[in-house]
This record gives sequence, structure tokens and C-alpha cells, in this order.
Amino acid sequence: MLCQRCHKNEATIHITEVGNGEHQENHLCEQCAEADGSVVKNPATINQLLSSLIMAHTGASELAGLTCPECGISFLEFRQQGLLGCPNDYEVFSQALGDLLVRVHGQDTHHLGKVPARGATKQKKNVELLRLRRELAIAVEAEKYEEAAGLRDRIREFERQ
Amino acid sequence: MKLTELARQSGAWLKSEAPSAGIVISSRIRLARNLTGYPFLSRCDHQQKLEIQQFLREQIDSLGTPEKLRYINIDEAEELDRQLLVERHLISRQHAQANGGRGMAFSASEKTSVMVNEEDHLRLQVLQPGLELDDAWKEINQLDDLFEARLDYAFSSKLGYLTACPTNVGTGIRVSVMLHLPGLRMSGQIEKVTRSAHDMRLAVRGVHGEGTQAAGDFYQVSNQRTLGASELQIIEEFKNTVVPQIVDFEEQTREKLLSDHQQFVDDKVFRALGMLQNARTISSEESLGLLSHLRMGLTMERISNITLDTLNELFQRTQSAHLQQIEGRALSAEERGVKRADYIRQRLSRN
Repeated sequence: MLCQRCHKNEATIHITEVGNGEHQENHLCEQCAEADGSVVKNPATINQLLSSLIMAHTGASELAGLTCPECGISFLEFRQQGLLGCPNDYEVFSQALGDLLVRVHGQDTHHLGKVPARGATKQKKNVELLRLRRELAIAVEAEKYEEAAGLRDRIREFERQ
Repeated sequence: MKLTELARQSGAWLKSEAPSAGIVISSRIRLARNLTGYPFLSRCDHQQKLEIQQFLREQIDSLGTPEKLRYINIDEAEELDRQLLVERHLISRQHAQANGGRGMAFSASEKTSVMVNEEDHLRLQVLQPGLELDDAWKEINQLDDLFEARLDYAFSSKLGYLTACPTNVGTGIRVSVMLHLPGLRMSGQIEKVTRSAHDMRLAVRGVHGEGTQAAGDFYQVSNQRTLGASELQIIEEFKNTVVPQIVDFEEQTREKLLSDHQQFVDDKVFRALGMLQNARTISSEESLGLLSHLRMGLTMERISNITLDTLNELFQRTQSAHLQQIEGRALSAEERGVKRADYIRQRLSRN
């Protein structure tokens, strides 16, 4: 059956609208249904991202052989379920994850958010410094010099601590 | 355990006095956290899951939150209670259906809730009515601090909070704003929103309805990026850019619909009113669609003798698990249709 709106593509989405006491059947292709707002297309799932990533990777066979010594998950299992087995996997699969993280989160893949308060003072300092430096760069670019001067002071203060 | 009393009231986050309440239904922030010393859930055996649940439950019970959290063991909860918690946006559908060591806790106002052993060991959630992301962040940050004072989270200085799925790593934050966009839907412009949202690394989903169909014209916009930006940067972008733009777009579209097609708009609104006041049986899809038109009519001031609170309550109370909870038993689809129509008629005639 062809899409009743564009009459070009195969209708893959069938929507029954109930209203005014009548049932109205709509047969649309994915593009038209999306344009209509009846169907919202989700962004690529983690699994789609993962499989495209593996395809792109030249050392795929090398990756396939990786297994985490802590939780025992293999890269293939991770790829299949889209979920990691333990925190250590971020290290073990770091090479492949690096590309994935860039695709999902953008070029900047260093944590800039909250840091747990306990036993992490040093980490906290590192992250805070990174954040301040980033804010400084943004302020300079936007020619907000007063803000930039304040940020520079805070960075210096932080480094002295 | 019975959660029937929940079904009889509307969540505090559904109140209409909130900022931009006509279009922005709610603001939600969720944080994903995991304990150190345990594998993520996909590699936990049953015993480990129970240990995690036991440990987290003890923490939750003694946390000292401003509002006490009530703990529910999902594995032991009845099917209808689990469904009700999903309809209240307190747990995910996935959490209601999974197996082993699952728990949740929520505050009486339902603004704060926690999921234990969903995709991550711990997921915190704060839900606020309207566009209230600052408050939501303040509350969830405090809740997170309370947990953090008692347990060690899996964390790395480079990648932040480590989560089971790499799409949540870093801040572990998911900001979601629920929007009512009947104008954009009616004029076929939702795609423009999804496309520009996608460019900003945001996801747009239909809230109600089966699969991806957006019944009732409710859409949820949420961030995809969790790494490389701070929580506040992510929230600010939502608050100052994303949401105001969509709200503006919806408002302009409504104005245009009204100036160019007033009869068409009024027909939708009054037809919806007539149907809802007279139907003797109604499916959830049909009622969502009609209530949506009514809600649009009310916020566009085409009708006035109904309050936004009443409509918000109707959206919630006419869901399947709510109807069955109030009835105190499982109902067939046919019975639900009748109960739903009865409830709507009765509620609309009270105004």
C-alpha cells in the first residue's frame, strides 16, 4: 500500500484516529507520519550507534576479543545489550568508547559537572579548574572582559590552594 | 500494600499556578548513579541485586529528606500498583516490568522519587509543575548530597559519574520538559521542532499513547548530552533557549490558527466538549485527543467554565490503572471505557 499523503513511499505506519464518532484510518510512510507529528522519531539508539561504530572500526576483530577482567563482559556482549558490565569497562573498552562518546555527547568528552564531595577533593579541583578555564574561554570570545578577569582571579586562587 | 489513595488525588506537580503552565506541564530532572564495589546491574547476580536493594533501602529510610520517602518493593507490589506508579511518572515502564531486587521510593507530594536497580543502581528524580528547572535542580542536588554523604558513587575525574549506559555518563543528568503542543501538531509543524531539537542534541518524544504515537499532543523534550557540560549549563540552555523557543512557536501558531481559522479551532474545542459531556463509553486514545482540544480551548480562552486543574486531573485520572485502582479491581477494556466516560461526564458537569 502506498502512503496516502505523498503517494510515493510504501505506507508503513497505520494510524486509527477515533473522533467525531468515526474511525478514520490513515496509512502513511514514515516521513509523512513524522511531518504530521503523529509519530516522533527517536534519535539513534545506543545499539544503532554501537553497530555503526563497530563497522567503522578497522580493528574490529581486536575489539571483539576484549573482555573486562573485573566483570567478565566481552565487547561483543556490550555491543549486543548496549549496557556496560561495571565501571572498569570504561577503561577496558576506552578506545571504542571514545568514538562513541564523541558521537553522543560532542567533541568535548571531559566531565565538567558535579563531583562527589567525599574523598575527591583533588578530582573536584581538577574538574573545577577545567570548568573555570572553559568559562574563561567563552567569556573572552564574547568579549566579556570584566567577567574574564574575575574568572582568571578565581583560577589563580584555585591553583594556589 | 495498596496505592489506591494515590489514584484519588492529583500529584502536587500537576498544579496550574506554575510558570507557563498553559503549555509547559512539568519539568523533571533525573540523576543516574551507581555504587562502587558492585558491577552494573546487567552483570549483577540475583543475590547482589538484593544486597544493593537492602543497602539502598536502609539509606533511603534514614536519609532525613525534608519530605519522608515511602519505600515500595516493586517485586512484591501488585500489578495494578506498579502500573499506577508508571502512570504517575514515578517509575519507568521498564522498571515496572523487570525482575529482581527492584525498589522505588517517593514523597507524599510525588515531587521526589527514587528508583532502585532500574538501569542504574540508583536513579533520583524531581518533578516540578510548569517550567521550574532551578527549583528542581536545587532539590535533586540536595537529595544527591544526602546520598553521597553515606555512600561511594562510581566516579572518574575524566568521565564523571559512571553509568551502565555510556549515553548517561558524566553528569548522569536527564532534564525533561513536558509540553502540550496541540497548535504545532494541528498545523503539522512538530517535525520542525524535532529537527531543530535534534541539532541541539535534544530528543523529542510523544508522552502518551502506544509506541511512538503522540496521543493527546504531549511531547517530552530532553537532553541527550550528559558529558562535557555542567549540570547548570544543560539546565540554563533548556530554561533560556529551548523551552522559551518552543513555547513561543506554539503560542504564535495558536494565534495564527485563531486569526486565520477561528471556526475550525472553535469547532475542535466545542466538539470535544460535546463529546466528553455526552459519551457513554470512550477509549483512552479518544479521550486523550479530546481532552487535548479542550485544554487548548481553555488556554486560548475559547471556553472558560472549566479550570486547568480539572483538565490536568482528568488527563491523569482517566488512565487505565487509575480507573481500576478507584474501582478496586481489574477491569476489561470495555468496562474501562464506560468508567472513563462516566468519570469525565461527572467531572465536567461539576464545573
